[in-house]
Amino acid sequence: MLKRAVLFGAVLSTASLLAGAQQPTVTVEPPHVDGPRKLADQTAQAVVRDYLQSWQAMSKALNQNNAGLLGADFVGLAKEKLAKTIDQQAAAGIHTRYVDRSHDVQVVFYSPDGLSIELTDQVSYDVQIFNHDKQIATRQAQGRYVVVMTPAQVRWMVRIFQTEAQ
Amino acid sequence: MRAGLTILAATFAVAAAQPGAAQNLTLPSSIAAGSAFTVQTQGSGNGTLYIVGLGQAIKRDVQLGSTVFFAAGSLYGAGQYTVVLTGAGANETEALTVTPSPDPGAVSFLARPSRLPVGLQDGITGAVYVFDPYKNLITKPENVSFDLTGPDGKTQTRTVPTVLGAAWTELDSTAHQGNDKFVARIGSVASTRVVGQVPGDPCSLKMTASPAGQDVRLQTDPIRDCSGNAIPDGTIVTFTENYRGGESTVDVPIKRGIAQVEMPAHPGATISVASGVMMGNQIRWER
Repeated sequence: MLKRAVLFGAVLSTASLLAGAQQPTVTVEPPHVDGPRKLADQTAQAVVRDYLQSWQAMSKALNQNNAGLLGADFVGLAKEKLAKTIDQQAAAGIHTRYVDRSHDVQVVFYSPDGLSIELTDQVSYDVQIFNHDKQIATRQAQGRYVVVMTPAQVRWMVRIFQTEAQ
Repeated sequence: MRAGLTILAATFAVAAAQPGAAQNLTLPSSIAAGSAFTVQTQGSGNGTLYIVGLGQAIKRDVQLGSTVFFAAGSLYGAGQYTVVLTGAGANETEALTVTPSPDPGAVSFLARPSRLPVGLQDGITGAVYVFDPYKNLITKPENVSFDLTGPDGKTQTRTVPTVLGAAWTELDSTAHQGNDKFVARIGSVASTRVVGQVPGDPCSLKMTASPAGQDVRLQTDPIRDCSGNAIPDGTIVTFTENYRGGESTVDVPIKRGIAQVEMPAHPGATISVASGVMMGNQIRWER
């Protein structure tokens, strides 16, 4: 497990450096998958890597109010909802900055057809809200995210992205 | 890591309680998606109320000191929200969690494969994700009923509880060719898929031979799978004749349930028949 955490830390580190952001700490729990389909290590690693990268895209898109930045990482419901939120932010003259501080990720479901993977992520993050360029609020938060990812041509994409009530 | 989370939790508690000494903002900590709720403000003058999360962003001008009413359906995206009140010296931040509505509104149902042979154990899989009417994933456990009704009208049923909104099952394909109706149901919400069942491999293969002028006419009995379903027309049957060290082979498609062909009638020839992995009988032609 430690090896995995280090591996994903390294993967994310690359992504974060590219984005010029401070890197979050990442822990990847061993998969706890109920189902007939075996989850290969490579698949699990790819899913977690792509999911963590999606946070970067989401953060940029919400900060710049640019839904076009979601396209490489989000599809379906997740993309529709985030794009709508961005529209609402833009209409209200606000934008938000999400900075993820830590992730604790675990794969919990691999569908028998291999076409979706569900994971949970205990995330700690900061959110800052700006009215135009004036910061009106900042908050440190935690949430358990439930995420469903589906395969696209070259990567896994986020299809459902939701905080679970705790 | 755990220690870090504890520190962050403590920090969050402080952040949520600050910055005003007086509490200017009173609201529920949690609501169900789409339900009506109110936010009580304190003070006087004009202010602005923001409710911002990944699922929605709402901005509303308010009169400080008033109760702000949000009608049913105003806030429907499940998730965590930051609620901010600004204006007339007020600047207060609170957290609000929106949980999925408890009533299922939609099921995302994927059944695989769309077509398979009859009589295959655990051959059909179904997986669902359960959503509320606002397309939020319902993460609390719900029982999903999977019904597979075969062409003969018999139904296999499995009831499976969801875990974090997902449930799956495996069912056997039935003995009869045709279309199965595969239904995933939760409460009054259902989604149906059709799974085609085709005959399996031939169960046995038997041919007979009779003279036809200079040739021998070879004809199979009706070819069926082990459940008695006719093997589809067009399936290839191979007849092979061996005579004095030579071999000739003819591939014939099944037509109207049988395969037939005429081959040279060499006395002493050995003729065999096969289809796929199934070997049929062998005949020695003596005439």
